[in-house]
Amino acid sequence: MKIIKTLSLGVGLMAVAQFTTAAGAGNTIETVDPEADRMALQNFYKKRFPDTELDDYVNGIYSVDAASRAQWEELEEFPPYEFAVEEGERLFNEPFANGKTYASCFANDGVGIRQNYPYWNKQEGTVKTLEMEINECREKNGEKPLKWGKGEIARISAYMAWTSRDNVFDIKIPEDDPRALAAYLEGKKFFYSKRGQLNLSCANCHLQGSNVRIRADLPSPALGHVSHFPVFRSKWGELGTLHRRYKGCHKDSRSKPQEMQSDIYRNLEYFQTYMSNGLVVNGPGARK
Amino acid sequence: MRKLTLSICAASLFALSAGGAHAASEEMIAEGKAVFMGKSRGNCISCHQINDPDANLPGNQGPPMIAMKQRFPDKRKLRAQVWDATRSNPISIMPPLGKHWILSEEEIDAVVEYIYQF
Ligand code: HEC
Ligand code: HEC
Repeated sequence: MKIIKTLSLGVGLMAVAQFTTAAGAGNTIETVDPEADRMALQNFYKKRFPDTELDDYVNGIYSVDAASRAQWEELEEFPPYEFAVEEGERLFNEPFANGKTYASCFANDGVGIRQNYPYWNKQEGTVKTLEMEINECREKNGEKPLKWGKGEIARISAYMAWTSRDNVFDIKIPEDDPRALAAYLEGKKFFYSKRGQLNLSCANCHLQGSNVRIRADLPSPALGHVSHFPVFRSKWGELGTLHRRYKGCHKDSRSKPQEMQSDIYRNLEYFQTYMSNGLVVNGPGARK
Repeated sequence: MRKLTLSICAASLFALSAGGAHAASEEMIAEGKAVFMGKSRGNCISCHQINDPDANLPGNQGPPMIAMKQRFPDKRKLRAQVWDATRSNPISIMPPLGKHWILSEEEIDAVVEYIYQF
């Protein structure tokens, strides 16, 4: 056990090689170029799955695996998240003890804004996620914060995504604050770095290994990863947030996962969502 | 005379297979198989198909385990691949099973013997 922990501390940076070069190049603050990264990632998948339309990547593994797609389309006819969205709407509109609601904390009363998250907050010098601002809104209004992974926060977030469906992701990396680009770069490095006893990076499974079986599991393409969160996962039997999924996948490399909403997971979300710029919000989604 | 040749043949065949058994006992092969299939051990099956009737739902991240003797005439090269796949491919998805102490040296010997039969 001790060995596993010690090993997992040694996070090795990806050796840039072979076909992930294009998508993984630009590893320093001088050379990193988010727009070039985004195009390279799109090109990687265009070559890999020539039959998949770009817009379809919001559907995760179902955009590339015809076999599971049929089942999923059936499932979407009576979406398993429907009740959670209704419940989320109720929670969203339910006044706090002080009489205010979530709407008071967000632009446009919190409707149709999912595509703007996460964003770089210059005053606070950090990446802000939607879930983070949901909890900040509660605390500002004298309520206790919610747990990050599931339950009420996922339902509220799902409702907010629902009101934003078909809005196009437009994540910005403001040039007037170099820390924003640094946060993006950290997220990018995390994605491409090998880690843990199994020496796996996110890219190992979601670029090289995308739509290739690991036992009976098929990892999805990384493009569009964030578009449909929070997600109703059959394995969970309920909705879960993006950071809950990050934790699970992080553990799969046999390393100690980070805390949900930690700096590194928020930077990872910033990077991943930037990669999905141009795609639409289609949350909440349903997955196996 | 004919009888004699036959029995010599049989004897040498026996000697051959006994020689093989000397390198890898049945016990070792069984251990290797358990390493190959075991989720908390090598879990090789999550990425490699193998023509063993007990191989259930194999993945296909890596090449199938076939013609191992032909493709790895030098068994040490095969062992080296299992011990640290990143030497031949730095971004390999295959975990470095020896280098990262996922398997013991004995377990690696055993799994190599097991796949060498296919
Ligand atoms: C051992 C392989 C493996 C590794 C390593 C891995 N993943 Fe995954 N991941 C999967 C599988 C399998 C799924 C479930 C199928 C799918 O992609 O929807 C999944 C699902 C996901 C999803 C949900 C996709 C969806 O459409 O709902 C996200 C997001 C994700 N992974 C991100 C990551 C990130 C970020 C990392 C690195 C911290 C990572 N993964 C590491 C195998 C892996
Ligand atoms: C997570 C996936 C994964 C796991 C687990 C895995 N491998 Fe591999 N393996 C691969 C891939 C991918 C390759 C192809 C070469 C490369 O990219 O390194 C490979 C290559 C090999 C090769 C070389 C085959 C050839 O034809 O060149 C052998 C032998 C091998 N693996 C044996 C094993 C054994 C034995 C185990 C378990 C103890 C194992 N592998 C576990 C993914 C995996």
